[in-house]
Amino acid sequence: MRYLPHTPQDIAQMLQKTGHAGLEDLFATIPEKFRINGKLELPDPLTEWELNAHMDQLSSTMCAFPRNKIFLGAGSYPHYIPSVIPSLISRSEFATAYTPYQPEISQGTLQGIYEFQTMITELLGTEVATASHYDCGTALTEALLIALRKKKKVNRVAVSCLVHPHHRQMINTYFAPAGFEMVEIPMAGDGTTDLAAVAAMDDIAAVAVQSPNFLGCIEDLAGVKTMADSKNALFITSFTEGLAWGLLKNPGSFGADIVAGEGQSFGIAQCFGGPGLGILTAQKKYVRDLPGRLVGRTRDTNGEEGFVLTLSTREQHIRREKASSNICSNNGLNALTAAMYLATVGKIGIREIAQINHDKASFLRDLLVDAGFEIAFERPFFNEFALKAPKGYGVKRQALKKKGILAGLSLECYYPALKNHYLFCATEVFSRQDMEDLAKEVKHG
Amino acid sequence: MADTTGTGGLIFKEALLWEKSREGRCAVSIPTRDVPVAELDPALVGAAPELPQLGEFDVVRHYTRLSQWNFGLDSGMYPLGSCTMKYNPKINDVQAARPGFAGAHPMIDDELSQGALELLYHMEQYLAEITGMAATTLQPAAGAHGELAGMLVIHAWHEKQGHQRSKIIIPDTAHGTNPASASLCGYESVNIRSGPEGILTPEAVAAVMDEDTAGIMITNPNTLGLFEENLREIADIVHAKGGLVYGDGANLNAIMGIVKPADLGIDVIHFNLHKTFSTPHGGGGPGSGPISVVKELAPFLPVPRVEKTVNGYRLVHNTPDSIGRMLTFHGHFGIVVRAYAYIRSMGAKGLTDVSKYAVLNANYIKAGLKDDLHLPYDRPCMHECVFTDKNQVDTDITTLDMAKRIMDYGFHPPTIYFPLVVHGAIMIEPTETESKQTLDQFIAAFKAVVKEAKETPEILKKAPHLPKVSRLDEVTAARKPVLRG
Repeated sequence: MRYLPHTPQDIAQMLQKTGHAGLEDLFATIPEKFRINGKLELPDPLTEWELNAHMDQLSSTMCAFPRNKIFLGAGSYPHYIPSVIPSLISRSEFATAYTPYQPEISQGTLQGIYEFQTMITELLGTEVATASHYDCGTALTEALLIALRKKKKVNRVAVSCLVHPHHRQMINTYFAPAGFEMVEIPMAGDGTTDLAAVAAMDDIAAVAVQSPNFLGCIEDLAGVKTMADSKNALFITSFTEGLAWGLLKNPGSFGADIVAGEGQSFGIAQCFGGPGLGILTAQKKYVRDLPGRLVGRTRDTNGEEGFVLTLSTREQHIRREKASSNICSNNGLNALTAAMYLATVGKIGIREIAQINHDKASFLRDLLVDAGFEIAFERPFFNEFALKAPKGYGVKRQALKKKGILAGLSLECYYPALKNHYLFCATEVFSRQDMEDLAKEVKHG
Repeated sequence: MADTTGTGGLIFKEALLWEKSREGRCAVSIPTRDVPVAELDPALVGAAPELPQLGEFDVVRHYTRLSQWNFGLDSGMYPLGSCTMKYNPKINDVQAARPGFAGAHPMIDDELSQGALELLYHMEQYLAEITGMAATTLQPAAGAHGELAGMLVIHAWHEKQGHQRSKIIIPDTAHGTNPASASLCGYESVNIRSGPEGILTPEAVAAVMDEDTAGIMITNPNTLGLFEENLREIADIVHAKGGLVYGDGANLNAIMGIVKPADLGIDVIHFNLHKTFSTPHGGGGPGSGPISVVKELAPFLPVPRVEKTVNGYRLVHNTPDSIGRMLTFHGHFGIVVRAYAYIRSMGAKGLTDVSKYAVLNANYIKAGLKDDLHLPYDRPCMHECVFTDKNQVDTDITTLDMAKRIMDYGFHPPTIYFPLVVHGAIMIEPTETESKQTLDQFIAAFKAVVKEAKETPEILKKAPHLPKVSRLDEVTAARKPVLRG
């Protein structure tokens, strides 16, 4: 096997040095009766060329961007990825390094993450960002756990029912053994969270919403702040489409305590949902409550500026069972990818691309309304929106799949009240022609 | 130093991104606007975020220079104990980047994602076969996340039995993530010590195992690099009192194809695909931490599950006993693809050879350095060996000093000060992908450092000398944190 460099002569010399008669002798401490008799039942090894053919066959069965037109967001978004990003991120000094526990020979990763932390706080109007989490769902769950730790006597949080359904499922999974409770805030008629319902909730550690929410609607974050304050609860907000902050007023400016988000839109391939990028950022007063790694600036013995992992006394390898979280590996390489993306698009590019996303989505919505759909909610949106479908659309959508077009996500299984409603998304990757073709198919197909 | 890989030469300086920024630059090709501008309510619109303004070449040069300050596995031997820094085959990255995978949306209908589901299904089977388990989930995002998933499964199983328990046994050789994962499930850690030979004794477990204890979390081979010879007996003790055995699979690299963890009485085990199955560590992640379980625990695994039917593969969401969901979508698919490609390239014999050569290499390092460094447990080791700085006590040289000095010889230092059970630990895991020639160079370099510790200790105290920066002031960094520019 080409990854294993041992020649028969090497093996013989090494065994002589270690004092073993043969390779089997190395395992003398494993009781004989438990050793595998025979071999593992796995497929025969493939050559590099056979592997390529096999994987080509598997991957080519997939419906995927850009070959297929997938008008779908819901937590995973098709965006252009500038060529410099895959080129730079695949440099093996980044990709094949371990966690930067030895800072003298890890300054590349460390400065890169420090720049990531800086740009994320700039984007979201917060003061401190961690070096990453797994994805938005885990970051949001950790944010809620911070609130529960801060408000020791309380064991409930209020979470909007318009937070991504998968994220709410994850929160329940994490909460179950600890006995914490998530109370869902219902939906108002305009497709946003019914904040008035929070007034009747007592003893809550946090009020959490997602904006833009799962239906694409932009939430009233000022209203959430007021409501959270009136309940002496933390104001937590999440997002799945980071590009929205190139255009929208950021959550920090509304006084959010903690912001959790998904960074996949920043140069990271959709890749069937992972690995993505969990963003966890907050105001400075929560810095010692945040789980996960932080990079800080310092100086070396010669006075040169450098970077280190810092405040690690919060972490599991020091505090063990008293740690704020069990997180160890994070999604660091994707954080670096996002930093590269934000540096590449810059102040000018992020604004332009965000505006184009909104323009394309607005254009698609108008086309679909013209083709017989009804607007479900009048609330402003960024690049996703829900529509009520005309009769018989379900059948048409099935037929479109055969043409390689995925036209919206059925919302009924997530919100039974939204029968015949579909969630659509349009980003900068769809041309006017793509959208007009879709509308034509819907209308006449 | 002439015959080692050594370092030295030109190191570029590079400013922070925003120090290079100039008003009006933009490094991205702005997509064509072929639709009219849609104005959003101005009350919702914010100022453009103050991101740096750079040209494309600025970005390229910036990150190229940053990368050159990093020591990667491709740069040199990276013998971090417990981390399994083995070669990351390039062909695996090619597979994950295939357009059909990279551009796949996670919520498309099952019939449009058959290739991905087929891959996930088979990967689950392979991991189950390697461990002797009945079922696998690929959803957890990292080793610690897998531990949490496993503990949630154990918690849910006890709940279903109608009698929840409050404690969990954790040996002193455990990874720090073990107690942290257990406490997320509300279990109190009962810490026990390993025996005089560096492994757990059945007596130590029997003394604390009771009917209020949910089970034990055990790493095998353990963090001293030793095989837990009494594991089956320990598992029987735990099972007899109605508990379950959690296996931390971080060190699976030593025993693949040699022994199946299920045969040792383990009920749940997590994998680190970024260790055992060769996916890149990425400077701290993303990893992937699947878990495999015995048949009785399969109903508790997270949803969705992948199922094979006569009409192809499908995702099943409604399993009533499931702990729920660990991650937004289907796990770190891009990492799973790489690990799948690795298993398909290696086959059964290849994976078994991996274990043999990983153990051979660790024993070779142990034999090569045991006259120079103190060996706290002189027993046959598995994939890693643990030394200490006890021999250097007289010289005032510590493990940290030796670790920093080995950088100047062109090697990444071993894991240091872990496991905690050994004072001043130096934990070396060479992995199977290093050749005898490289191991000989590493041994020679470490011997040279030990010699310097005796003769010219001041060189070690100020080491490293050749990287871009020298030792950094971590105390001030933590006391007055500067976390953004």
